[in-house]
Amino acid sequence: MQSELTLIEQVKLGKIWEFPGGINPPERKSLSNQTEIGNFTTHTLYIPIQQHIGVAGSLLVTKGESVLKGQALTSPGEGLSLPVHAPTSGVISDIIDHVDAHPSGKTVLTIVLEADGKDLWVNKNPLLNWQELDRDTVVKHIQAAGVSGLGGASFPTYVKLSPHKNIDLLILNGVECEPYITADDVLMRYHANEIVQGAQIIQHLVAAKLCVIAIEDNKTEAIASIEKALADVADIELRVVPTKYPSGGEKQLVELITGLQVPSGGIPADIGIVMQNVGTSFAVKRATIDGEALVSRVVTVTGERVKNPQNLWVPLGTPIKTLLQNVGYSPEKTPRLIMGGPMMGFNIVDDMMPVVKSTNCILAPSNFHLPERGVEQNCIRCGQCADACPAELLPQQLQWFAKADEHEKLKEYDLFDCIECGACAYVCPSQIPLVQYYRIAKSDIRQAEEEKLKAEKAKRRFEVRQERLERDKQARLLRHKESAEKRKKALAQDGSAKDKIAAALARAKAKKATSENTDDLAASDTPQDKVAAAIARAKAKKLKSSKVSVDNSADSTPEASLETSLKATDTAPTTNPNKDRVAAAVARAKAKKLAKEEQEKVKNDAELKNETDHKGHADAADKPVSEAQVDKTLTAAEERKAKVAAAVAKAKAKKQKAAADEPNQEPTLDFVDKASAKISNEDKKRSADDERKAKVAAAVAKAKAKAKKQATESENSTNTSDKETPDLNVADDLSQTPEQIRKDKVAAAIAKAKAKKNANNDTDNGSNNS
Amino acid sequence: MVSVFYALSALVLMALIFGAILGYASVRFKVKSDPLVEQLDQLLPQTQCGQCGYPGCKPYAEAIANGDDINKCPPGGDATIKLIADLMGVEAVSLDAAHGEEDVKKVAYIREDECIGCTKCIQACPVDAIVGASKVMHTVIVDECTGCDLCVEPCPVDCIDMVPLHTGAANWKWDSLVIPTKTVA
Amino acid sequence: MSLLTNMFVSSPHGNLGLTTNQMMRIVAYATLPGLAAQIYFFGWGSLIQAILCISTALIAEAVVLSLREKPIRRTLSDGSAMLTGLLLALSIPPLAPWWIAVIGTVFAIIVVKQLYGGMGFNLFNPAMAGYVVLLISFPVAMTNWLPPTELLQHPMAFGDAFLAVFTGFTYDGYNLTQLKMSVDGITMATPLDHFKTEQILNYTTTEILNSPLYGEYGGTGWLEVNLAFLLGGLALLKLGIIRWHIPVAVIGSLGVCALLGITIAPDQTYPLSFSLLSGATMFAAFFIATDPVSASTTNQGRIVYGCFIGVMIYIIRIWGGYPDGIAFAVLLANMCVPLIDHYTKPVTYGHKRRREAKS
Repeated sequence: MQSELTLIEQVKLGKIWEFPGGINPPERKSLSNQTEIGNFTTHTLYIPIQQHIGVAGSLLVTKGESVLKGQALTSPGEGLSLPVHAPTSGVISDIIDHVDAHPSGKTVLTIVLEADGKDLWVNKNPLLNWQELDRDTVVKHIQAAGVSGLGGASFPTYVKLSPHKNIDLLILNGVECEPYITADDVLMRYHANEIVQGAQIIQHLVAAKLCVIAIEDNKTEAIASIEKALADVADIELRVVPTKYPSGGEKQLVELITGLQVPSGGIPADIGIVMQNVGTSFAVKRATIDGEALVSRVVTVTGERVKNPQNLWVPLGTPIKTLLQNVGYSPEKTPRLIMGGPMMGFNIVDDMMPVVKSTNCILAPSNFHLPERGVEQNCIRCGQCADACPAELLPQQLQWFAKADEHEKLKEYDLFDCIECGACAYVCPSQIPLVQYYRIAKSDIRQAEEEKLKAEKAKRRFEVRQERLERDKQARLLRHKESAEKRKKALAQDGSAKDKIAAALARAKAKKATSENTDDLAASDTPQDKVAAAIARAKAKKLKSSKVSVDNSADSTPEASLETSLKATDTAPTTNPNKDRVAAAVARAKAKKLAKEEQEKVKNDAELKNETDHKGHADAADKPVSEAQVDKTLTAAEERKAKVAAAVAKAKAKKQKAAADEPNQEPTLDFVDKASAKISNEDKKRSADDERKAKVAAAVAKAKAKAKKQATESENSTNTSDKETPDLNVADDLSQTPEQIRKDKVAAAIAKAKAKKNANNDTDNGSNNS
Repeated sequence: MVSVFYALSALVLMALIFGAILGYASVRFKVKSDPLVEQLDQLLPQTQCGQCGYPGCKPYAEAIANGDDINKCPPGGDATIKLIADLMGVEAVSLDAAHGEEDVKKVAYIREDECIGCTKCIQACPVDAIVGASKVMHTVIVDECTGCDLCVEPCPVDCIDMVPLHTGAANWKWDSLVIPTKTVA
Repeated sequence: MSLLTNMFVSSPHGNLGLTTNQMMRIVAYATLPGLAAQIYFFGWGSLIQAILCISTALIAEAVVLSLREKPIRRTLSDGSAMLTGLLLALSIPPLAPWWIAVIGTVFAIIVVKQLYGGMGFNLFNPAMAGYVVLLISFPVAMTNWLPPTELLQHPMAFGDAFLAVFTGFTYDGYNLTQLKMSVDGITMATPLDHFKTEQILNYTTTEILNSPLYGEYGGTGWLEVNLAFLLGGLALLKLGIIRWHIPVAVIGSLGVCALLGITIAPDQTYPLSFSLLSGATMFAAFFIATDPVSASTTNQGRIVYGCFIGVMIYIIRIWGGYPDGIAFAVLLANMCVPLIDHYTKPVTYGHKRRREAKS
């Protein structure tokens, strides 16, 4: 019988269905629904730029700008995005990272607005003829007004208003099943007409054949008010549902009104239904017919610790502290503030959190009426949780699996169908925080899946790269083979060529012998260069062989290599300035690396010796001292060499063009900044070429700074290490310095970049201060 | 004596029959699963960093299949060690510190001011996550970077940093909240 | 910017308020009518056993908790050890020697409950497992049930019972075998036991039921005890501590089996009321089988679990070696619980087709 009726026909029959489970906690709504909605204003507003699910918008305003009420402060970004608007007229005093209305307490970019008290609206742009306009226009208008789901999820409304599926039914959710909250209740009582108008707009946009407004049976005045408003309206009907938590959940309300279940992983639009909160409907009406952006909302400020619990029209961005001060809030010994209701709200950890689009309630309960949960005990498998679950899950099993991190089982038991309503944890006699376990498990599973995807991608890329390298290698081999054969053929044909080839081969061999261990130093053209290069090569070769033979004596290697590279650059003449500079930078970096390597080696030895010392304490005193000495000599030598290197580079840079400012012999980190700054300041007058010079000098100065720092660090360590347990100290300090080297580098680079930016800004005559 | 002979032959016959059935079943009903190396490779994090001592994750997976220690992978961390232990049926040991420490997820960042366009890091990256060519600016594609650290060494001007990924409210994990959950008895 | 609290709490922020400790206590209170009936009809022995078992249980649990380095006072106050002791005390003969109670309780608490991981982790019902260990190890002591007081040859006061439990003899010097004699000089056993032995001797049902051991609907004394436990069980149902699935399933399936038996062989099986109101049937249906930790967790599963117990009780009574097979039936069912749970998983929202209208 039922399958023959369409959805609309069935709904029109007026049946109210049921969902399993659910609980009936004490409602405590009479605290706050006795008065009309008050108005609230405050001086300072903190407006986060993201108050919705999706991507944040980009700033349109700057610090110090004056704005009017309803003026857009951000423009929507790409993808799922909404703008935010100024809730009142005033001046933007700051744009900072301020605490977000989020359980983590983390910060988000926030616009701080100081109200000027005049509350002037910007030019409103109403769409009075919305019925004749193109649907897309109206939807875009609603997006530009910043309307998002005011029921708590804050999903951008414009997406729901442009479904790509056939919609039969629009449900307006006025159920408000959570205890304490009465925001929708009073909105329906006093603004029923506007809500109905909004419903008509939405119904038109989604082309739904029928609209149903659902209200719980404990809101008698609201029901009467809506009935009155629906008196002459066609295609919108009222449905009263029995009071039960969580009837107001989207999935549960769909089941109540239609008897259908939203498919797992899907949305109601999949079965031809769109649901909106009554508050959202009101906001849609205000945006369309009155041209007002979403700048304030009804917030229930309630709880037994509040002297005057009530509903208020609160401008978005009002800090909670301000709101509470005005309603007579007196905290308990351990203050307890909840944003949202007692079942799904989160604890407020910082009372400067602002009211955002999704804030429907600020709750300050007393411990007597809403006792804190007890300490968690073992699960006794009583099954009350499964009886309460509206989604027919097995919370008990989910809890076992969540505690054991069994992701496969969790997916098998449909963890992601949990709506986190909290009914299970509410009834649990063992006080287990079930929903918390599920949230943790869900985020763990999501993260694991993301990582798996990333790993798959990385693996694929790796494999493709291996294939490519293999292909290239094969191609190269093939080419070699072909050219070899060609040569052979040519040789066979032309006898005289053989002699030429032999001569060439001999030359090549000779060259190879001397250029075994060449670095990529400047390949110069003049004979002087060649000689110098050859000498350098020879020295380098000697160096490497000596390095291999020497066991852990760190003295000679870094300075020697430094010397070599220095000499090579010294003797190379200035015909290729760029290459020289590059070479110098490369040489510096190499020296640094070698020095680091040596230090690592020494550190490793120190650690090894630590281990061996555990067995034989006798030699404890001697070894670290000797290493410290080695250290000393190492760093002292390096310091000297670094100084020399710096001076050389300086001289070269000078030789080129206009002089740069020289860093002096005592480089500190600050001075490196200053040096870089000075250098880059003078860039104004020079060409791009000189900038490279400056870079080199800066790099050199950096290297020196690092060397100096290493020297001072290890000297400090050697001083202290003589007295006490030497092994550990030496090891520790040695391990610190590479880290510090990195930090120094970063700091120096940042400083350089800053200075450069400053220089650029000056030339552009911009006024931006970062 | 004869009864013993009967008993013995009966048992032997039964053993042969059941043995034959079992043998047939083990061939006919064999469950086709991935070879062990593939399964191990699936568990490894695919950063291809080489910290385990092998040039990539697949070679390490092969080594584990041949009996190598399972605790050499720092990017995988203790979670991966546990999974490998479950698969291999060996005991899960803690991460071998000689191969590195488990750290927060990092990605490489090239300080473009200092890059000289030498392509050494591009050649070093095992997943081709660095864009660039000779004498042209090099940049790391953050989404593809596995944080393996192999590009830092070859850079001659040392302009690559490893920076941790940013965690904001969007990718914040719920278990950062410490809930006082103590199970009793 | 002020940080309000250092303790992070998650939603939901309230709780129904019925804690595990309260639940255990309410179950204990619900056994009191049954305990009272047992004392009235079978002497003070049950009370002494109850006190003995509860104290042993608490001491044993405290010892193990201190070994496990868990908080002792908090765990003991959750009432589960006390309840285990009480349930075991109600199952063993009133005049069983004191060491029976001690051994049984110690086994139940330490081995069956704590070694498996403590409350919530035990696979088997601790009281029943303890009972089975006693029954198998000390069959004679465990089957020394007293006849109802009205049939006793040697009436007993509290002091007699106390002495009997701790020394084996009453004040007047009678031992248990003598105490078991009825006014007619016949050694009495429980009605079920008696029925079984008579059956083996090939008496028919009608003949057996003529004995003064049996009242109109069941064994003398035992009928009232069962009714008292039924009362307590109904109170638990009303309070929502237990759900109807298991008791209804146990009693229902037992009843169905009994009816089947009567239809097929009326002369060799118990009458219906006797099946349901003798031995520890009601006690088992409402207090033993409903132990949440060892029972099935899904509602459908509970029905299957209850049916299994009911059928097993009947089978063991008729064809098994023991007169009352409740303990074994419950333990066997405990073993089947993981399988039952796996196959009776409800279908989650969004995973099934259109539901039926329910208005």
